[in-house]
Amino acid sequence: MAISTDTKRGRALGRTASRRATEVVVRALVFACGWLAIVILAAIAVFLLTNGLRSIDEVGLGTMLTGTSWYPTSNNAQFGFLPLILGSLFVTGVALVVSVPVGVGAAVYLSEFAGRGFKEVAKSVVEFMAAVPSVVYGLIGVAVLIPWVRTTFQLDSGMTALTGGIVLGVMSIPTVLSISEDALHAVPESLRQASLALGNTRWQTTYKVVVPAASSGIFAAVMLGLGRAIGETMAVLMLTGNAAVMPTGVFESVRTMTGTIAAEMGEVVRKGLHYSALFSVGLVLFAMTFAINLAADLVLERQRKRWRR
Amino acid sequence: MNRVQRARFAEKVAKTVLGLMAVIVLVTAAAVFIYILSKGYRAISWEFLTTRPLKLGREGGIGPAIGGTVWLVSLTALFTLPIGILAGVYLSEYAPRNLLTRSIRLAITNMAGVPSIVYGLFGLAAFVMLANFKVSVLSGALTLTCMTLPVVITVTEEALRQVPQDLRHASLALGSTKWRTVRKVVLPASMPGIVTGSILGLARAAGETAPILFTAAVFMSPQLPRSPLDRVMALPYHIYAEVTSVPNWSEDLIWGTALVLVAGISIVSVAAGVWRSIQRRKIRW
Repeated sequence: MAISTDTKRGRALGRTASRRATEVVVRALVFACGWLAIVILAAIAVFLLTNGLRSIDEVGLGTMLTGTSWYPTSNNAQFGFLPLILGSLFVTGVALVVSVPVGVGAAVYLSEFAGRGFKEVAKSVVEFMAAVPSVVYGLIGVAVLIPWVRTTFQLDSGMTALTGGIVLGVMSIPTVLSISEDALHAVPESLRQASLALGNTRWQTTYKVVVPAASSGIFAAVMLGLGRAIGETMAVLMLTGNAAVMPTGVFESVRTMTGTIAAEMGEVVRKGLHYSALFSVGLVLFAMTFAINLAADLVLERQRKRWRR
Repeated sequence: MNRVQRARFAEKVAKTVLGLMAVIVLVTAAAVFIYILSKGYRAISWEFLTTRPLKLGREGGIGPAIGGTVWLVSLTALFTLPIGILAGVYLSEYAPRNLLTRSIRLAITNMAGVPSIVYGLFGLAAFVMLANFKVSVLSGALTLTCMTLPVVITVTEEALRQVPQDLRHASLALGSTKWRTVRKVVLPASMPGIVTGSILGLARAAGETAPILFTAAVFMSPQLPRSPLDRVMALPYHIYAEVTSVPNWSEDLIWGTALVLVAGISIVSVAAGVWRSIQRRKIRW
């Protein structure tokens, strides 16, 4: 019997064949989408590099990384990244001082001491905190924190590394808290029970057994909070005053890497040297956050393997 | 004090200090919420939500900014949902356990950590300049797509993994192909998780300023874009631009804008969460 589409059997065969064809097409599509993440990440690096190439060629990466003055628009333009990198580090340092004790402390409380109701409420509250856009945190900082910093520390201007850092710290609390809590939650219940059975109090169990067991996860939480703080743009842009000088303390105005890109990219000549230098700043920022996230990821991976028994 | 008393005392102190940290978090969040609400509610009116800004935003409304943000997010959803869901399907259903898959996972977690301003630079270089989409809704949405992809991929993968293996085996045993199994059995069963997680990711995208700074946003525009190649106003950018470059910006109107943005994001997120819990109750393994 000849197989053709007008016999019943032929149609049936045709349907299987078309399903098989769909399967092949879909498989290709699904694979392509799966690999897209690598493509995009690589594309980001390539685009930053190619657009920053002019500044790397003309000024030199070493000169830029070690240069202490950022005067991108003067006749004798200087593209030193050090003030910007230090600015970012100062702000991030303040942010960590705020977010680590509060975030980790609250995570330990929620995981080890809090009742279920309190935990549920806290979870939604933290989700809300994470959902508030950074520009709104910036606005609150402008309205509340800038005047407060100025009067409390008797400064000429309330736009300082401290101001930006505090707001940034609040913004990174959700990251630090939720990842620390996940790490604490992953510690097997049997460890706690063993410790309690030996006569330890809850707190002794917590600091002698649970926290050490979750330490790598908590470390990763701090790293991710750090990554988030270094990469934050809008709040710091609105709060730190953006003076591109070498910072010496947290009570001064600083300019971060993110703030510099955001503030200057709108006014540069496309494809000019300044434009290219801003891409190089972006490249440095990308490299830093990439390293931080990679480290956090590897630590988390190790932790996951440890409790998968 | 003997050892037991000391231990009990330490327990009390630790509990108080740690509890204080938790309370600080709650109070901060409550303060943020109440502050935005109390400062912003006065500006809210039908006129404010629908009319265009006047006198550089010192008067009038924010209609075009709301519309612009809706445009951006809708277009982002259009790009990011199919790609992200298929990528999640790949990781959960198709990916072999090898080095490539591990690198893909690593790339996804790292994408989530790339600073938003770097996405902005990437969007400027790739979409605005190279692809020549100019500063437009399209460029902005593509940039936001890159940013939200890791979220959609991760939630999809997690939701798919929750579907019991038996369901897949049953479908395959009936003679279904792999894709039909995924499409007819696995995806429908995991839809609540995928949809809700994606909506949360997209809601975050609505609040982003840095990625659209040089790819899509314009300070003032009297009307909505007529095509994806027009520039748009957007709520977060409007707040930033007013505060940093308009002298004597109207406090009422800007806090109103912030309230609209935060309320929009919160309402959509809460609604998505409620919908998920209703749907989950319907599915029993």
